[in-house]
Amino acid sequence: MSLDWVITILTDNWPMFLRGAGMTLWISVVGTLIGAAIGLIIGIIHTIPMPERGMKKITLKIINGLLSAYIEFFRGTPMIVQAMVIFYGSAMAFGFDMDVFTAAIFIVSINTGAYMAEIVRGGIISVDKGQFEAAQAIGMNHFQTMINVVLPQVIRNILPATGNQFVINIKDTAVLSVIGVTELFFQTRTVSGNNFRYFESFFIACILYFIMTYTITLLLRRLERKMEGPSNYSMIGGLPMQVVNPEDPSHKIKE
Amino acid sequence: MEKVIEIQHLSKSFGTHEVLKDIDFSVQKGEVVCVIGSSGSGKSTLLRCINLLEKPSGGKIIYNGEDILGDRHDIHAYRTKLGMVFQQFNLFNNHNVLNNCVVGQVKVMKRRKEEAEKVAIKYLNVVGMDQYVNAKAQQLSGGQKQRVAIARALSMEPDVMLFDEPTSALDPEMVGEVLKVMKDLAKSGLTMLIVTHEMEFAKEVADRVVFMDKGVIVEEGPPEQIFNQPQKERTREFLKRTLR
Ligand SMILES: Nc1ncnc2c1ncn2[C@@H]1O[C@H](COP(=O)(O)OP(=O)(O)OP(=O)(O)O)[C@@H](O)[C@H]1O
Ligand SMILES: [Mg+2]
Repeated sequence: MSLDWVITILTDNWPMFLRGAGMTLWISVVGTLIGAAIGLIIGIIHTIPMPERGMKKITLKIINGLLSAYIEFFRGTPMIVQAMVIFYGSAMAFGFDMDVFTAAIFIVSINTGAYMAEIVRGGIISVDKGQFEAAQAIGMNHFQTMINVVLPQVIRNILPATGNQFVINIKDTAVLSVIGVTELFFQTRTVSGNNFRYFESFFIACILYFIMTYTITLLLRRLERKMEGPSNYSMIGGLPMQVVNPEDPSHKIKE
Repeated sequence: MEKVIEIQHLSKSFGTHEVLKDIDFSVQKGEVVCVIGSSGSGKSTLLRCINLLEKPSGGKIIYNGEDILGDRHDIHAYRTKLGMVFQQFNLFNNHNVLNNCVVGQVKVMKRRKEEAEKVAIKYLNVVGMDQYVNAKAQQLSGGQKQRVAIARALSMEPDVMLFDEPTSALDPEMVGEVLKVMKDLAKSGLTMLIVTHEMEFAKEVADRVVFMDKGVIVEEGPPEQIFNQPQKERTREFLKRTLR
């Protein structure tokens, strides 16, 4: 290998590499966020307590069935194949050409959604049952319980897994070059196709991929630490009281 | 006297295991009722059926004259009228002390935030935890957690407070502070239904003591009767085993 070549390729083609990396990052960010949202929504629906009878029960069963089918299907097929099917299939079935960028976001999102749904489900199950019961006991319905008590805890628990998914997405968007998405792999192939320096070109791509994934990993670690919150609290006014003083009139319940 | 909660022929089975059998029982306004009985006798299940954390298998629960097991009844609205204190505290881990007491008021009762905070601080003051508003649940001792849990329930200004062995998960040195808060609440005229193993406490604060065994109410009456002249053999046996 020659370092000279690497430098030459970079000086000649840096805008293409940068655009490619930008596209990769953009698709991964949006895809991971939408995917995580899909996962959370499916998590909420999957944990709705089953009504005992009636239309509601049937509707919920059907919805749960469809969602499970979605999860299993997208987890059980390669994304590169999904990309082909969705991109060319949409053109055939609905007679319109999906813009490749939209298609890319769509594919990454629903793929991530399928994985995230399982991660979220695990996260919800790992929240202590007492948290649900305490929320219900003060009158919250399923939706309120989820939004105000359970999901904030789930999000914190699944953050590492979400970060992991994000890193996977950065790498896996490379397969979207098959439908002509101009992400980093696609751009690198174009560059190397012109200069025939495959090793040096892909070496640059390699470094760029690593910079992206490693930065994301570091950022997420910081975010995790931040979400732990401060390790101590400040007391309001004076010394803590251990027990109520019954003589103190301010402690009377009923005014 | 006005009945706040009346239970008629309540039964509950888990599979084939009948945990509550034909329970008839009521709580009057302003009354402090303590439920005692050995482990597994169905005390927790009774409380959990009352606020519908468990669905009763049969019978009726009448709250202020309304059958709340009826099809059209809003169970969420009903639950806000019952404050529940758990053995394991169950403070919301994602909220600080103040928000533990605020979130229900704002999201369920639709109170304004400022008003809810005022109410929360009032009841945190009652339990002596108003200086800890910024603390997270994980940063508190067991006794402090339980006092916050009591304040959280009180903040909804319920008609009845249900306590399920509120001191059983506490280290011995913290039991006193929680019982003290509960005694103050009892004195203030709050309606309370308390499952407890603290016999001295029951003797002191209860207007009525209910003894349960194997899913039935064996005997109930004023504490003097239950503790000094129990009428039933099973009550006597239980007390002999526990008081010593
Ligand atoms: N969710 C459940 N599924 C199956 N059985 C249950 C369930 N909850 C309680 N039980 C059973 O019901 C019986 C009564 O339990 P419960 O918790 O009401 O007793 P308890 O009087 O509160 O006991 P303790 O003093 O130990 O708290 C027990 O035999 C218990 O195993
Ligand atoms: Mg119990």
